[in-house]
Amino acid sequence: MDLSFTPEEQAFQDEVRAFMRDELPGEIADKVRLGRELTKDDMERWHSILNARGWLAQNWPASFGGAEWSAVQRHIYDVEAAAAAAPRIVPFGLSMLGPVLQKFGSKEQQDHWLPRILDGSDWWCQGYSEPGAGSDLASLKTRAVRDGDHYVVNGQKTWTTLGQHANMIFCLVRTDPEVKQQEGISFLLIDMDSPGVEVRPIILLDGSPEVNEVWFTDVRVPVENLVGEENKGWTYAKYLLTHERTGLGGVGASQAALAAVKRVARAEMQNGKPLLQNPHFAARVAQVEIDMRAMATSNLRIVSQAAAGGAPGLEASMLKVKGSIIRQEINDLARRAVGPYAMPFASEAVDGANDLIPDPHEAGPVAAEYFNNRKLSIFGGSNEIQRGIIAKVTMSGGA
Amino acid sequence: MNFDLTEERQMLQDTLRRYLRDKYTTAVRNGILNSEAGMSPEIWAELAELGVLGALFTEEQGGFGGAGFDIAVVFEELGRAGVVEPVLDGALMGGRLLAAAGKGDMVEELIAGALHLAVAHGEPGGRYDLDHVQTVANGGRLTGRKAVVMNAEAADHLIVSAREGDTIGLYLVAKGAEGLDIQGYPLLAGGRAGEVTLDNTPATALGLGLAEYEAVNDLALVAISAEALGAMETATALTKDYLMTRKQFGRPIGTFQALAHRMSDLLIELEQVRSAVINAAGNLDAHDRDLHLSATKNLIGRAGRLVAEEAIQMHGGIAMTQEYELAHIAKRIIMADHRFGDTDYHLERFIALSAA
Repeated sequence: MDLSFTPEEQAFQDEVRAFMRDELPGEIADKVRLGRELTKDDMERWHSILNARGWLAQNWPASFGGAEWSAVQRHIYDVEAAAAAAPRIVPFGLSMLGPVLQKFGSKEQQDHWLPRILDGSDWWCQGYSEPGAGSDLASLKTRAVRDGDHYVVNGQKTWTTLGQHANMIFCLVRTDPEVKQQEGISFLLIDMDSPGVEVRPIILLDGSPEVNEVWFTDVRVPVENLVGEENKGWTYAKYLLTHERTGLGGVGASQAALAAVKRVARAEMQNGKPLLQNPHFAARVAQVEIDMRAMATSNLRIVSQAAAGGAPGLEASMLKVKGSIIRQEINDLARRAVGPYAMPFASEAVDGANDLIPDPHEAGPVAAEYFNNRKLSIFGGSNEIQRGIIAKVTMSGGA
Repeated sequence: MNFDLTEERQMLQDTLRRYLRDKYTTAVRNGILNSEAGMSPEIWAELAELGVLGALFTEEQGGFGGAGFDIAVVFEELGRAGVVEPVLDGALMGGRLLAAAGKGDMVEELIAGALHLAVAHGEPGGRYDLDHVQTVANGGRLTGRKAVVMNAEAADHLIVSAREGDTIGLYLVAKGAEGLDIQGYPLLAGGRAGEVTLDNTPATALGLGLAEYEAVNDLALVAISAEALGAMETATALTKDYLMTRKQFGRPIGTFQALAHRMSDLLIELEQVRSAVINAAGNLDAHDRDLHLSATKNLIGRAGRLVAEEAIQMHGGIAMTQEYELAHIAKRIIMADHRFGDTDYHLERFIALSAA
C-alpha cells in the first residue's frame, strides 16, 4: 500500500493543472464558481475543448476513442477540474449510454452513435423515471408496440435532466406487459425530433429549469434503434445505473465546495473575528472535512477495484449515500456561512436580475444550491433504494 | 397550568385558518410569488379586516391582543399556509416600535391595513449581532447602509437604527426621502427585501434606543418560531399523506418501516417544536426571557432542518418541484433559520446566558 502518487501520476496532475489553466475559458469558470446557469453553448464548448485533447471520454476504451484512464487518473482529473471550476461533463452520452452501447450495442450502433457522442453531434438525455415509477423503476409503463420495421411508443417520462437541450433520448420502454415486470422491458434510442415527442419543463424548487417531462404520443422508432435484445432492457439498465453511480461520491466537487465555504468563512466576520475561527462553526467544517478525507480514499479504493473487475455494485451504492450526505452537509454550511445574505433569491433564470443580488463574498446562490442539491439523495436511485441494495447484498447474499 | 387557548385566541385561530385555507391556496400563493410586488394588497387588506394585524397590539396600543400567545397564534397560522405577506416586519416589528414611540395615529393606520413599514436594522457584515450599527446619525440626517431589509420597497416609512456618538437610536425615514436608495430583490422563500443606502437622509428621531429594539426583536423571535412551527405542521401533514398514498413496489411507501420510523421521528420533533414555541411565548415577561428565546430558536433551527430535509427526502422528486406545496413550505422553514439569529447564534447565546 502506498498513498503517494507515482511520478507518472504526479506528471499527469501537472498536465491536468496546466490544461485547466490554459484551456478552461475564464468566463465559463466564473459562471461555475458563482453558481450561475451554464448555457448549452457553454457546455458544448467545454466538451469540444476536452474532446480536442482526447479527454472527453475518460472511461471509454481507447478502441472507441476513449482516454482509458486509470482510477487514479480519473480521481486526479475530478479534483483538479472541480478546483479550477470547470463544468462537469454532461454524463448522459458519455458515462451512461456510451458504456451500454460498448457492451450491448451492435457494431453498427457503436460505429454510428459513439463518434457522435464525442464530437457533440448528439445531445443525449435519459428516459427512465415515470410519474408512477421512480424508486420502483421496473414498474414503468411507457409502451412500445412493434409495427413492421418500427416500434410505436406511447407514454410519459419525467425528471429528464437537460432534456430541453437534447436531440436524442435513450428510453426504457415496456415491450411485453404479460411477463414479470423486469422481463418485459427494452432499451430504445429515440430521436427527440420525431413527431409525437413533447418536452415540458419542470421548474425545481430553486427556480432552475433543469429537468423536464417528456411525452410520447404514437412516436415511431425504427427497430434498428433497439439496443441488444428485446425484453432484455432491465439488464442494460442495471448496468447503466451502476456506471451512473460510480463517481456520485463527487469527491472533487465536494472538495471544491468545502474550499469555497472556508474562503467565505474566512472573509465573513462575527464579533470582529473571521467566522472560520468561531469554534462552533469551525467544528462543523472540520467534521465534514474529516468525513470527506476518508470518503476520497474509499472512492479511490472502490474505483480501483472496479477497474480490475468490472463495475462496482454494492460499493457504488455506499459511495453514493456517503457522498450525497457529505455534499449536502457542505451546502448546509455554505448557507450558514453567509448569514442573512442566504435569503436573497438569485433568479437570473426567471428575470435576469442576478446582478442586483447582494453577494458580499461572491459566495453564489448558496441557499438555492442547498435546496437544489437535495436531489443528490433522491435521483439515480434514492438513498433509501441504495440502502436497500446494501442490506440485500450483505444480508441475503445476492442483489 | 393550562395549555388551552383562551376563547378569543381560539376564535382568532379558527377564523384565520379558515380564511387562509379557502383563500391562500397553493395556486394563489404561487401567483403572488411570481408577481412583481411579491405580495398581495388584497390579502393584506383582508388580513387587516379580519383583525389579524390588530391582534398583534395591546388594547392600549389600539389593538386587542399583543401578548406572546396572540403573536404565536397568528404566526403559526401564517406559517401553516406559507404566507409571504410581510406581517412580521411590516406589522409586528414596525408597528410595535411605533407604538413604543407613542405614534398612535400611525399604529391605527397600520392596523387598518393602510400603512406599510420596514425595519432597517441589520447591516452588511453584522450577521445577527443586534449592536452592530455603523449607520451614523448627525443633526437629524442618516448616512449608512442596511442589509436585507424586508418590505423596503413597499414601505411608506422605514424605521432605521443609527449611531449618534455612543448611542444607538431609532429614526423614521419617509419613502422617497432625499438620499434614500433601495435596491430591491426577491427572496428565495417569497416576499421581497432590499439593500438600503442612506446618504445624509433626513430622519425623525423616535426617541427609542437599542433596548426598545431588543424588546421588539424578542416578539419577532416568538413570531418566527411560531411561523416555523406552522410550516412544520404543514410539512409533516403533507409527508404523512404522501406516505399513505404513494405506492411503489405495490404498496404505500409508508408501510416500509425505514420510512415509517422516520415519519414518527418528525412527529416527535414537531411536538418538541410546539412546546418550544409555548416556552418562548409564555416567558416573554420572565426574568430569564432571553434564555427561553434562545433555547426555542436553537431547537427550531435544528428541528426545522430535520423536518424540511426529511419531508423532501421521503417525498422524493415531487418535493423538488416549485409548484408542489412542500417546496415553498420547506424553504420557509429553512430560511427562518436566517432571521434573528440562527441555530449556532442562539446556541452560543444560550451557553453564555446559562453561564452567567
